[in-house]
Amino acid sequence: MSLIRGTGDFIDNLPRIYGFYTGGFVAFIILMAILEQMGVAADTIGILFVVFTVLIYAGIGWLSRTMQVDAYYVAGRQVPPVFNGMATAADWMSGASFVAMAGGIYMGGHAYLAFVVGWTGGYVLVAVLMAPYLRKFGCYTVPDFIGTRYGGNWARFFAVVVLVVASFTYVTAQINATGTIAARALQIPFEVGVWFGLLGILLCSMLGGMRAVTWTQVAQYIVLIIAYVVPVIWMSNKQGFGVVPQLVYGDAVARLAELEPMLGVGTLMPEQAVAGLKALTVPHSTAGEGGLAAWKFVTLVACMMMGTASLPHILMRYFTTPSVRAARASVAWSLFFIFLLYFTAPALATFTKLQVLDPTLPTAIIGKAIADVSALEWIQKWAEVGFVKLVDSNGDGILQINEFFMRGDIVVLATPEIAGLPYVISGLVAAGGMAAAMSTADGLLLAIANALSHDLYYKIIDPKAETAKRLVVARVLLVVLGAAGAAVASLKLTSILGAVAWAFDFAMSGLFFPLVLGIWWKRANRQGAIAGMALGFLAGTWYLYMVRFAGMEPWIGIDHLRFGIVGAAVSLVAMVVVSLATPEPDEETQRMVDEVRVPKGDSILSSSH
Amino acid sequence: MSDEAARRDEHWRRTRTLMIVHLAIWFVFAYLLHWFAPALNGASFLDFPLGFYMAAQGSLIVFVVQIFVFVRQQHAIDADCGMAEDE
Repeated sequence: MSLIRGTGDFIDNLPRIYGFYTGGFVAFIILMAILEQMGVAADTIGILFVVFTVLIYAGIGWLSRTMQVDAYYVAGRQVPPVFNGMATAADWMSGASFVAMAGGIYMGGHAYLAFVVGWTGGYVLVAVLMAPYLRKFGCYTVPDFIGTRYGGNWARFFAVVVLVVASFTYVTAQINATGTIAARALQIPFEVGVWFGLLGILLCSMLGGMRAVTWTQVAQYIVLIIAYVVPVIWMSNKQGFGVVPQLVYGDAVARLAELEPMLGVGTLMPEQAVAGLKALTVPHSTAGEGGLAAWKFVTLVACMMMGTASLPHILMRYFTTPSVRAARASVAWSLFFIFLLYFTAPALATFTKLQVLDPTLPTAIIGKAIADVSALEWIQKWAEVGFVKLVDSNGDGILQINEFFMRGDIVVLATPEIAGLPYVISGLVAAGGMAAAMSTADGLLLAIANALSHDLYYKIIDPKAETAKRLVVARVLLVVLGAAGAAVASLKLTSILGAVAWAFDFAMSGLFFPLVLGIWWKRANRQGAIAGMALGFLAGTWYLYMVRFAGMEPWIGIDHLRFGIVGAAVSLVAMVVVSLATPEPDEETQRMVDEVRVPKGDSILSSSH
Repeated sequence: MSDEAARRDEHWRRTRTLMIVHLAIWFVFAYLLHWFAPALNGASFLDFPLGFYMAAQGSLIVFVVQIFVFVRQQHAIDADCGMAEDE
């Protein structure tokens, strides 16, 4: 396997290598299914799934080790568009996409589809406004672009601060997710699971930097997409909706709309609150009436889209392609691979809900005797850990819709058990969730460590540092940050989806306009960019603090999930006003912007800067 | 104005127009349609309520196709104006 050392041979052979890998993974699933039939315990199969896949990723990480700067920071700029698309998709789809999104739709119906729209449409901004130009620039990190375009250490420093806050918020949620899954699959305490997850993450990234992360992320994408789609197809087939469920679940949506009034969804409200859990009270496909509901939908979409286009761990993936044209094509492939999961998520939420609600299906629990439902294996298992609770509030012994409490986050993980699929599918889903959370955590940790080692240490503190020393600093930072992330994650301060939305809001508050205007507005200057980053970020953070912790009434429905609207608006105004009030950028900078705008010619920064 | 400068100007002008066209399409499918989701839900498409369908699938398909088309169009502009990279 010296092939992986980054020669032309390896790049040419990628389709074959990953073809074998996919075949091997499918063979492994079949082997597990056979073992299950032979009577091997479910727990053993779960452990095998997680350990086997994590070992494969670690192996790829080991084979991709490197001591070259451009291999470490940008994978040698030779990743073909389709493979970079897969790696970006894995980088992008985190524990929140894999584990929490379908559960959000299950509980929240149409309003939660704002995440689906926002997390895909953001790529239009990435393709049209950002990625090709940043690739032409030839930077190693996002602050590298800000620092060179606007000049001066302050601009670079503020970009590093925003990057670190946004990415660190995000990464604790991912380490939390790896810990949760590892804890359940390996039957170890959550606090130990977190450190196990971190170990896997570091094995993938530490030795080979971006190169190692790229090739493990491709491997992780393949695992996570198989793990997400297989249970949905299986369920849809079982319910008689055919094998392409995404296209035909309209009937299932209609069936839910028919059942909801009969079961009292939206009319029967829970008579008591259960901490952390919810009863189903929102109809599945009905959109909220009135201006405020529409406003809340589009503002959430806007935050998720602009956040997408400002998150450094995503933007830096497009620094690894061989050309500007390849960077553009790679955005298109990224969205295609992301789309495969995102258009499946609402189908999964719909089918799972039907399994639980539809009285004609054997798996239904609503309307059944509580004694019978409590005896079900999946109810017992999830109730034990406090994620499901049955409360007979009217004392009739029958389970009503407002008496079944559940945590939305468990929908994807519990679906195979709810639908009565074989245990091998549960093991597969655990491996998929692990892949999703690990791949995102890897990208984020690398983005933070690279910004600190390249921009803060090398560009600001010690510009004479030698290559070997720079790469050692980068690795030490990676370990320290990972440990800090795991320590924060083990405190369980935030929910997965909430922390992820905050990361997007932080990124858009500080980075969106300085990045876009740096390319599209020649007049933007250093003072403007610093004002835009600092004031936007402070305004957003202040607003978050006020509505989330200081009890301020949100302005026109802009709650803590949407604080980026305030931050980005302040950032735009500050940047334009300050830029216009101060002298225009010098001639050299203006020429640089002209060069960034055309694909041909050398990149602005040399290949090892 | 030299020939090179004229071609650069034309390249940027066409690039900007393309950007505006794509962001206009994006705006419609990212925001405008969803603003009217309750009304759209009155109609149905492939047996889905239309408003639900657009948020769960329709807009997503438009975004994917749109970026592939954009990549082709932008490359055509680059090549036309002699601004494409050497292959």
